[in-house]
Amino acid sequence: MGGFSIYATFRAFEGKFYEAAPYLSPFYSPLIDPHHHWLPLWFSPAMLILAFPLGFRATCYYYRKALYRAFLLDPPACAVGESPHRNYRGEAKFPFILQNAHRYFLYAAVVFLCFLWYDAFRAFWFPGPDKTLHFGIGLGSLVLLVNIVLLSLYLFSCHSLRHLIGGKMDCFSCTTFNLKRHGAWKKASFLNERHMLFAWASLISVGFADFYVRMVSSGIIKDLRIL
Amino acid sequence: MADAILEVFRGNQEVGGAKQYTVPITPGMVVLDALHYIQAHLEPDLAVRWNCKAGKCGSCSAEVNGKPRLTCKTRMDALPTDKPITVYPMKSFPVIKDLVTDVSWNYRVNRKIPPFTPKPGTDWKMYQEDMDRVQEFRKCIECFLCQNVCHVVRDHHKKEEFGGPRFFVRVASLEMHPLDNVSRAKLLKDELGIGYCNITKCCTEVCPEEIKITDNAIIPLKERVVDEFYDPIMKLVRKIRGAPKAG
Repeated sequence: MGGFSIYATFRAFEGKFYEAAPYLSPFYSPLIDPHHHWLPLWFSPAMLILAFPLGFRATCYYYRKALYRAFLLDPPACAVGESPHRNYRGEAKFPFILQNAHRYFLYAAVVFLCFLWYDAFRAFWFPGPDKTLHFGIGLGSLVLLVNIVLLSLYLFSCHSLRHLIGGKMDCFSCTTFNLKRHGAWKKASFLNERHMLFAWASLISVGFADFYVRMVSSGIIKDLRIL
Repeated sequence: MADAILEVFRGNQEVGGAKQYTVPITPGMVVLDALHYIQAHLEPDLAVRWNCKAGKCGSCSAEVNGKPRLTCKTRMDALPTDKPITVYPMKSFPVIKDLVTDVSWNYRVNRKIPPFTPKPGTDWKMYQEDMDRVQEFRKCIECFLCQNVCHVVRDHHKKEEFGGPRFFVRVASLEMHPLDNVSRAKLLKDELGIGYCNITKCCTEVCPEEIKITDNAIIPLKERVVDEFYDPIMKLVRKIRGAPKAG
């Protein structure tokens, strides 16, 4: 996780090698002012974008467990002693009370997911010599497709989403609409049991998708065309 | 027949220490059997709380090799015997004698929770899809291993401000009940201190009934507290719909 943070920070500040037509790095999607008409030259467009997915992951119920254990040693592991001198406040007071904003980052993540689906779709349409777009499959198309599928699974397995789509109900059988929500809640619960898996898989895939686009964009590797 | 060395805590809250006993291992033996062997053959005054020896009464909780678990569900052949097997009382509760702890704090917390309260004139009809969630919580045997392992109680000693995982499970079973008519969101936030939980999932790891305490009880309750107190959009929606405030 630390390695990913370092890489993502480097890429956010790098501000180049994020596009290799038809591929767009997920760190820079949606592409905002790439020619710096109104953004200062030193300001990378990724800095506007990454705050939202970063907030979604930082406030995610799975990552909270991982972060508290790994970085704050609170606790370092189950039944392993901690320093008794600290004034522990958990998520009841500032700053960690802000974790309660998770659902707002979820709403933002839904918007970003739509952009990333569009990018994944666009990654199958290559510009031809006549500048028109032709269907094709490159390794990058598949990388972006796998990435968006994993990101979608991570989002749809979210605890807050599970609550909002049905978990908050006390009586599923009371109305026909509630019964439909029960069906959605059960599906979200099925995915939710694998939330940790999707969290890690999507973290790796989004990093790899950006890395692949950077490699192609900077000319270090050439995209492999399958079709 | 191989022998195992058990290192068992002897004493009370003020004085005490570990004492070693050699116990012959028999097929199918569990740690509680080994403690009974010590009682029967070596140390008749060893205090151990137990009842069913079937993992259902929740009495024989202790810390075996540092891990909170039921001694009746911990097989001796699953533990390494090349070094002594340690058996200590639950760390989060005061020791009365040897492995017996005073768990009365839990009952005091329990008394804070308003019981099941149906609407007047309730139609006593329930459907399985409504009861699935609640039935998971009814599996709790009150062994208090989750309370013991929770670092908020164990290391930060927040017994006055915090209810603990066992009681979040109980509140969840009431809050999610289709016929219950009381909101416990304010109680969760102010008196049971659900905000102190930082989702480390240790309670889920030690639960002998395999209740998904964190995912199915604590996080849904945290989300209900967010609905009531931290989400302005939800507050607005409730105001427009004329929903009652949390009790």
